Amino acid sequence: MMDALGEPQGVLVLGGSSEIAIATVLALPRGRLRRVVLAGRPSPALDEAVATLNKAMIPGVEVMDFDASDTSQHADVVDRAFDGGDIDVALLAFGLLGDQAAAEADPDAAVEVATVNYTGAVSVGLRVAARLRQQGHGTLVVLSSVAGDRARRSNFVYGSTKAGLDAFAQGLGDALHGTGARVLIVRPGFVRTKMTTGLDEAPMTIDPQDVAKIIVTALRKGKETVYAPGPLRFVMAGLKSVPRPLFRKLPL
Amino acid sequence: MSTMTSPLERLPGERTLTGWGRTAPSTAVVRAAMSVDDIRASITSAGGRGILARGLGRSYGDAAQSGGATVLDLSAMDRIELDVAAGTATVGAGVSLDAVMRALIPHGWFVPVTPGTRMVTVGGAIAADVHGKNHHRDGTFGSHVQSMTLVDGRGEVRVLDQVSTPTEFWATVGGMGLTGVITEATFDLIPITSSRISVDTVRTRDLDHVMDLMLSGDDAYRYSVAWVDSVHPSGRGVLTRGDHAGAERLTGAAAQDPLAFDPKVLASAPPLIPNGLVNPLTMRAFNEAWFRKAPKQRDGELQHIAEFFHPLDIVQDWNRAYGPQGFLQYQFAVPDAAGQLVGEALAALRGVGALSALTVLKRFGAANPGPLSFPQPGWTLAVDVPAGVDGLGPVLDRLDEQVLAAGGRLYLAKDSRMSPAMMAASYPRLAEWQRQRDAMDPDGVFTSDLARRLSL
Repeated sequence: MMDALGEPQGVLVLGGSSEIAIATVLALPRGRLRRVVLAGRPSPALDEAVATLNKAMIPGVEVMDFDASDTSQHADVVDRAFDGGDIDVALLAFGLLGDQAAAEADPDAAVEVATVNYTGAVSVGLRVAARLRQQGHGTLVVLSSVAGDRARRSNFVYGSTKAGLDAFAQGLGDALHGTGARVLIVRPGFVRTKMTTGLDEAPMTIDPQDVAKIIVTALRKGKETVYAPGPLRFVMAGLKSVPRPLFRKLPL
Repeated sequence: MSTMTSPLERLPGERTLTGWGRTAPSTAVVRAAMSVDDIRASITSAGGRGILARGLGRSYGDAAQSGGATVLDLSAMDRIELDVAAGTATVGAGVSLDAVMRALIPHGWFVPVTPGTRMVTVGGAIAADVHGKNHHRDGTFGSHVQSMTLVDGRGEVRVLDQVSTPTEFWATVGGMGLTGVITEATFDLIPITSSRISVDTVRTRDLDHVMDLMLSGDDAYRYSVAWVDSVHPSGRGVLTRGDHAGAERLTGAAAQDPLAFDPKVLASAPPLIPNGLVNPLTMRAFNEAWFRKAPKQRDGELQHIAEFFHPLDIVQDWNRAYGPQGFLQYQFAVPDAAGQLVGEALAALRGVGALSALTVLKRFGAANPGPLSFPQPGWTLAVDVPAGVDGLGPVLDRLDEQVLAAGGRLYLAKDSRMSPAMMAASYPRLAEWQRQRDAMDPDGVFTSDLARRLSL
């Protein structure tokens, strides 16, 4: 149960090796934490995430095998996560950036990005939402992206999956209104993570720890949508209104 | 149109519930129980998230809510029956003490114990084992209950009393609604000849002053409570003590109807309250005014029962003054030897700017046999604090440790943030209570957000 000071007891991370998600777990008030479930594909990155949480003395860390693209196992993973105790915060944090040129050359690669980022999120998101709704409280945090706000020539495959995910999360939040369960949509800009290593940094680039702080504050205040960093909201509002003939010429 | 029902759809009767502090909401299906059979049916058909009875929602934290559960509203269980010969009343669990007082005071009877609000139900008063200004002499509400009817976790109707079923009785008194659904209770009444209290008031200069007066003089009074200025570093305050006034004390128009009792709600907090209405400036002003309005010393003043016991009931929904972030009440009990914790707690809260309007200090008398009953001999301090204060959590956690080290504990009807470890350590009879609860509710039908949060 979340307490009166907004301290959670149960946390579920879908995409357990996500740097933003791990930074968020570390940024949450931890005085009442008793269970943190990291669901992800077995990998050195997942092991490292577990080690990071252990080193930070986060109690009750559990690992569950979870593959976003294998939707057949999602029901089982979600049930096991919730049967072990109420989940106050569920972070939907998995995602593939992919390579735009490669995706254009090999549509199967584009399908993989779409499957993980969108199809997988829809599959597990609906199941998590149903369980949150059953327990009458809890927040699903969806890691969307500013890339979904407007499709760009340079990464529209990724951007389109995030646009779909974002629209899904908005509708899901509205569906859950009044049920005690909530959805928080997070739209980060460029974040320095392993996913973006080697890419040129965009203006307003931030670290996973910055996103984490924004998420924790938004959870406490019960927000529905946040940008990371916050001022990106205005940048994106501006970009969305740029006419396409001009937009496609912008160096984005 | 789809014929499927979405698992995300809101259910009929679903409501978002919080405690009086308006923190940590959860949603449940609220169902009005019209009869004992209704309650039995709810229990035997309970879903995985269980059942909980809720009264008037005056517990500050999450005791009367249970996310995803079926929450029973017992307002239809509204019987009030006076037995003049026995000096007892038999009252439905959903009846408020307000209704009990309105019905019984004109007949010359008062409730054995009243908390600082009349807006609690009889069922809630037993489940939280509430105390009042007479605890140092008369104990808790639960100790005046002669018998009660309860539907247990198997749906069986049981009559509990202190003599033939002491284990079940005391597991239920202070059991936070987790042993069953109380449907009615018979409790002792205090005979009175007027609806007035004869009150002695003293303005106290500091904490030592008020604590000395209470230690030396409380035994001479049935009722005693001190308000403490949480802003002023001295801990100055106002001590009010009294007892029921005899009808012969009344004069003029009041003497015509000495048992008149018809308290009014004078105001309701406005629907939209600006953020930050409760801030250091307003708290300073409120504390100053509250101190100044009390006489330096006055003996034998006649106050109406409502004025003496329930000053806040005049403003409906005053809890909304704390704004959308809500507030919490920190109430601990410690033995006399740890009386210095009262001043230390006030200083620690002042240190983070957590200023309180309502800081109440009181002496507790003997504890009763209830394993989860809160009062124990010594001091109790209750402080209201806005939940949004930065750094509040760590300060309260440190106070928890001091309370625990002193052999004290926190009041479950007020708690909204202690840790399960604090709960288990400060209520050493928790395991004993859990065994008794398991016997009465083997399938774990009764649960609450509080029970889940504290692993009760």
